[in-house]
Amino acid sequence: MVSQMTSLSPSQAAPHPAPLVRVDDLRVRFVSRDATVRAVNGISFDLERGKVLCVIGESGSGKSVMMRSLLRLHPKKRTVIEGTMSVAEHDIGALSERAMTGLRGSLVSMVFQEPMTALDPLYRIGDQIVETVRRHEHVSRQAALARALELLQLVRVPSPERRLRAYPHELSGGLRQRIVIAMALACRPSLLLADEPTTALDASVQIQILVLLRKIQREMGMAMIFVTHDLGVAAQIADQVAVMYAGRIIEYGSAGDVLLAPQHPYTKAMLAATAKDQDRSLALEAIAGSPPDLRALPEGCNFAPRCKFAGPDCTVATPPPITDAGDHMARCIRVGIVAHKLTFSATTMPTI
Amino acid sequence: MSDLMAAQKAAADPRDRGGPAQPMLIVDGFKKYFPIRAGLLNRQVAEVKAVDDVSFFVMKGETLGIVGESGCGKSTLARLLMHLIRKDAGQLILDGDLVGEASGILLDGLRRSLQMVFQDSSSSLNPRLPIEQSIAYGPRVQGASRQVARQQARSLMEKVGLNPNLFGQRYAHELSGGQKQRVNIARALALDPRLLILDEAVSALDKSVEAQVLNLLGDIKKELRLTYIFISHDLHVVRYISDRVMVMYLGQLVEIGPVDTIYEDPKHPYTQALLACRLNMDPHERVDAAPLAGDPPSPVIPPPGCRFHTRCPYVEDVCKTTSPGLGDVLRLSPKQHLAACHMVHPRSGHSSAPAFAA
Repeated sequence: MVSQMTSLSPSQAAPHPAPLVRVDDLRVRFVSRDATVRAVNGISFDLERGKVLCVIGESGSGKSVMMRSLLRLHPKKRTVIEGTMSVAEHDIGALSERAMTGLRGSLVSMVFQEPMTALDPLYRIGDQIVETVRRHEHVSRQAALARALELLQLVRVPSPERRLRAYPHELSGGLRQRIVIAMALACRPSLLLADEPTTALDASVQIQILVLLRKIQREMGMAMIFVTHDLGVAAQIADQVAVMYAGRIIEYGSAGDVLLAPQHPYTKAMLAATAKDQDRSLALEAIAGSPPDLRALPEGCNFAPRCKFAGPDCTVATPPPITDAGDHMARCIRVGIVAHKLTFSATTMPTI
Repeated sequence: MSDLMAAQKAAADPRDRGGPAQPMLIVDGFKKYFPIRAGLLNRQVAEVKAVDDVSFFVMKGETLGIVGESGCGKSTLARLLMHLIRKDAGQLILDGDLVGEASGILLDGLRRSLQMVFQDSSSSLNPRLPIEQSIAYGPRVQGASRQVARQQARSLMEKVGLNPNLFGQRYAHELSGGQKQRVNIARALALDPRLLILDEAVSALDKSVEAQVLNLLGDIKKELRLTYIFISHDLHVVRYISDRVMVMYLGQLVEIGPVDTIYEDPKHPYTQALLACRLNMDPHERVDAAPLAGDPPSPVIPPPGCRFHTRCPYVEDVCKTTSPGLGDVLRLSPKQHLAACHMVHPRSGHSSAPAFAA
């Protein structure tokens, strides 16, 4: 009943299958007595089945807020969400609380940054996975336990039988994150939301988890939205990359386009600021200043106060998205299209 | 390195006691075993060999990077250096003076010369003190007057790029992560230290802020003639900031040498694997198999022989029985490169070992 309320009726979507995730002009505000925080300010994107979208941004860019909105995890009272989100033609904004609970963990599931807080310290690993499975599927405890064992084998946990009886504190950080991923995959979701799942891990373990996630994602044909602040992680896992700043996607495109030929000054500056085999006698090209205050966002381009190329024309209005033939998008008035490719030029005047 | 030495000789530091060739810090045979107690009588049943016979030195004006996976003992080592926990064995020599012994300098003097910046910028600041007072706290404890300490705190805030009029009266929760880490650095500088231990000091920061703080660390190092011990798991950052790097595995030092030698020609298979874990920015060059499988073994019962042999691709029988030595770390010149691996040592019994010493 509710699922038919989406904007896409089957007739409209006839030639191409509708994208799995469709987010249209999403805006999220947190309202308190003192201030209104504008965390997300108009985000739109589509995600096909079986694809991986990496959302890159610094803390406070709204990337996690956007993810949590997709699962409606924000406190209802203090959050104002505008715009539409749909996952597999379920309108997330219109679903009843009950239907939403059914959706979480089955159609869409999520992996968080800190595995220790995502697991219950008082229950054995096996019992926690069994609980997830039995919440969504009507199977016996025995069958659910068998599934749990299968899942631990899938995420390559060594001696899985023993780990099923272990408590979270008995495991290492890498193993805990594998368990959390196993739980998220328990009901074969079509969409996995991963919020910095490898940030708290060692480099050697991080790469194990990335290789594992990519393999499982491909085998299960699962779509994934992967939030990270590490450009190297994005290069390893993304099909598409969206760069967020102050609650907007300021650059979007294929992983190759965004990471190897970035056009927005912020993306360029982020890449330049990352320490990576530079000459040690030179200072790093740090981005001056700090991210904007989301309680009082400036007019125009939000990156302008920190941008090397900013002029008075940057603060007039929010730069519109400019997209080239290869679906590479940037929001910057100094970006134009030259020979069908998005091109930044420090002197270009707006081309709309 | 050589121009670094020349620069040191050119401008003698009044705080310098041992001369420019005397290492800032010599660590000789540090050990820390944490007991595991269990049972009715709470008897010791085992011990965690967190730091197991580690020796190294840090030259003046140098940045020594320490890398390794979590649990390898790098943070325990930092806390041992700061005397935040008691060591079980070993000696610490600060600029020629033995620390904590009758003939040497006292802990109080050590704490003035050695300061530490921690990873978690907010939990290391007192939430109930304005940051100006947080920075002035150290000098006050060491006997400075309220006025002098305050003046010093304000000039330090300027040094780390915080306007004292704007930020002085703020509390820790009113600052961003990068600003808090700047306060922590200012506070560490308040006692005019000679050596800063930076334990994952930039790991929790965003990339753009991380670059700002790294630049700041570079600037104040030059200005205040500091020596750094930089602990991090980010191998890119360690390469950028360090002069020399030491690699730790399960409480032991496995490789040490100048940064470019370590990064371009790593000798120990563990260092090679660790370096292979760095992520490439090119989406067309993805890693298909993780260079290091599994987790490190338990430091309670470390594997016999070479501790890395359980995960090493070149393992042979000799590795499982004989522990490879590193060589005399304390006698080596800062330009030398040592690795604790049977493949490096002549006639060790490993098939890849060279026949003669190089």
